[in-house]
Amino acid sequence: MNIELTEMSESLRQRRAEAGAFGARGEAETKLLIENLEFFYGENRALHGIDMKVPENRVTAMIGPSGCGKSTLLRVLNRMYDLYPGQRATGSVRLDGEDILSPNLPAARLRNRVGMVFQKPTPFPMSIRDNIAFGIKLNETISKGEMDERIEWSLSKAAIWDEVKDRLHSPANGLSGGQQQRLCIARTIAVKPEVVLLDEPTSALDPISTARIEELIDELKSEFTIVIVTHNMQQAARCSDMTAFFLLGNLVEFNETNKIFTAPQDSRTQDYITGRFG
Amino acid sequence: MTAISPNSAPPGVTTSLHQGASQTSKQVKDKLFHYGLVGAATLVLIILGAIIVMLFKGGLPALETFGLGFFFSTEWNPVTEEYGAGVMLYGTLITSVIAMILAFPASLGIALFLTEVAPQSLRRPIGTAVQLLAAVPSIIYGMWGFFIVVPLMSGWVQPFLTTIFGPIPLIGELFSGAPAGTGILTAGLILALMIMPFITAMFVEIFVSVPPVLKEAAYGVGATTSEVFRAVTVPYGRTAIVGAVMLGLGRALGETMAVTFVIGNANRIKSTLYAPGASIASTIANEFPEAGPGSMKLHALLELGLALFIISFLVLALARFLVRPRMGD
Repeated sequence: MNIELTEMSESLRQRRAEAGAFGARGEAETKLLIENLEFFYGENRALHGIDMKVPENRVTAMIGPSGCGKSTLLRVLNRMYDLYPGQRATGSVRLDGEDILSPNLPAARLRNRVGMVFQKPTPFPMSIRDNIAFGIKLNETISKGEMDERIEWSLSKAAIWDEVKDRLHSPANGLSGGQQQRLCIARTIAVKPEVVLLDEPTSALDPISTARIEELIDELKSEFTIVIVTHNMQQAARCSDMTAFFLLGNLVEFNETNKIFTAPQDSRTQDYITGRFG
Repeated sequence: MTAISPNSAPPGVTTSLHQGASQTSKQVKDKLFHYGLVGAATLVLIILGAIIVMLFKGGLPALETFGLGFFFSTEWNPVTEEYGAGVMLYGTLITSVIAMILAFPASLGIALFLTEVAPQSLRRPIGTAVQLLAAVPSIIYGMWGFFIVVPLMSGWVQPFLTTIFGPIPLIGELFSGAPAGTGILTAGLILALMIMPFITAMFVEIFVSVPPVLKEAAYGVGATTSEVFRAVTVPYGRTAIVGAVMLGLGRALGETMAVTFVIGNANRIKSTLYAPGASIASTIANEFPEAGPGSMKLHALLELGLALFIISFLVLALARFLVRPRMGD
């Protein structure tokens, strides 16, 4: 078990190194441009003037102690806060230049472009196949053949096809936790979003499932822009290109991951990554 | 944890002999408690058994005289002492079915509105109103139905329904005839109004218990409120919803007072829903005072009661069957 795990993270590290070398060649385009973003839960301000550029086809990690605002920021990026009265955001968030906070953009259309995977696996109460087909059917009308292809494509992308291909019609609740989470990732990418938000996607999983998901994140970034919130600093170090450190609703530092973890500019970042608080 | 040395024992902890004595008395108390609980639980079985025995023994002479034909015969003639339950069974089932057809979608809509759509300021007043409606005694529904709903039905609703459905073959039959106001349709409507708050309250509980993150996940792939409701909220609560509907149906089947007021109390079956009819419960309520001790009429009424008991039991069994835990669920 341990050997398998070490091997996995070893191969991951290698690929990360290659990707890093490749990534260093060209500056990535900005996918999400966040400017002076403030967020309120009723009267409470949870985010203070956030400015941030999330690069395209990169993994951006958001770290910080509980209550620092990182999950709040994630829920702004697909306007999930819209569901709850009393929550509001000011400032601007632009996805390829389009203001996503504008009420003119229907939330359902935004979420079609910005997908989300949650902390706990959230399979819908239906079959494995229907779980994937659900999101696709909402947005496009495609033939059964195309649908089958898309389902296989997304499940393969999420590295779960081989495990479920013979039981596509059985209930998704019967899968293990790790499988369920990969199913949720497959479901999210099945609608071909541009950005994938991951909210502590491995916090409910065992180490092996975690390693598989981290490996998956690395593979997905060639096609999607990925933003991941994590409590696990090793995870941020392992699988992200950029890291943002949040504290009490402020963005303290945002830089390339290896710089954040080797030479942080801010003493508070230094304190957090060395485990002095948080 | 560190071991506690003997001198650090708190005051009040005494010798082992005392402990032994109090242990025995504690055991006795526990035994008494145990038997008390068993007795309370057994009481339920005794009452249930007593009811079954009473209905069965009381109804047996009627069953012996009329046989199984009792459940199909539409005769109810105290003069010739011919009794059959056909009309009442039909009335009971058809009014309950009408009630379910009307109440189910309405309850679903109200519960969805209360849990997903209504602004926070409206949820509480409407939710409380629903609970208050569920607590209104059925005789009040009966009086209100008789004085308000019956005139409305005969003056407006029934003529309107006749114009809409009348020309359609078969379905038109159901909405034909004189708009008397009282009758099967009105009884079904009153029943629907009575069980609606009851079912709604249960639906609200069910929808509230759906994990928010599951709904968020559905919103997260671009679903709208109605799509989330259809694809996630309802399937997630599926078994509980079936259970709630069955409980509502159980109430409708046995409801007496409100139905007695508006069903018209006529012993016949007609194709139109406007026609007056009778349900098991309304017949028992109407005829019981006139049934002499030991008379065949009394036996027939008790057998009617047995039939209602069996129907309710079957509905409950069906509910259990439908909400049984399934493999992989």
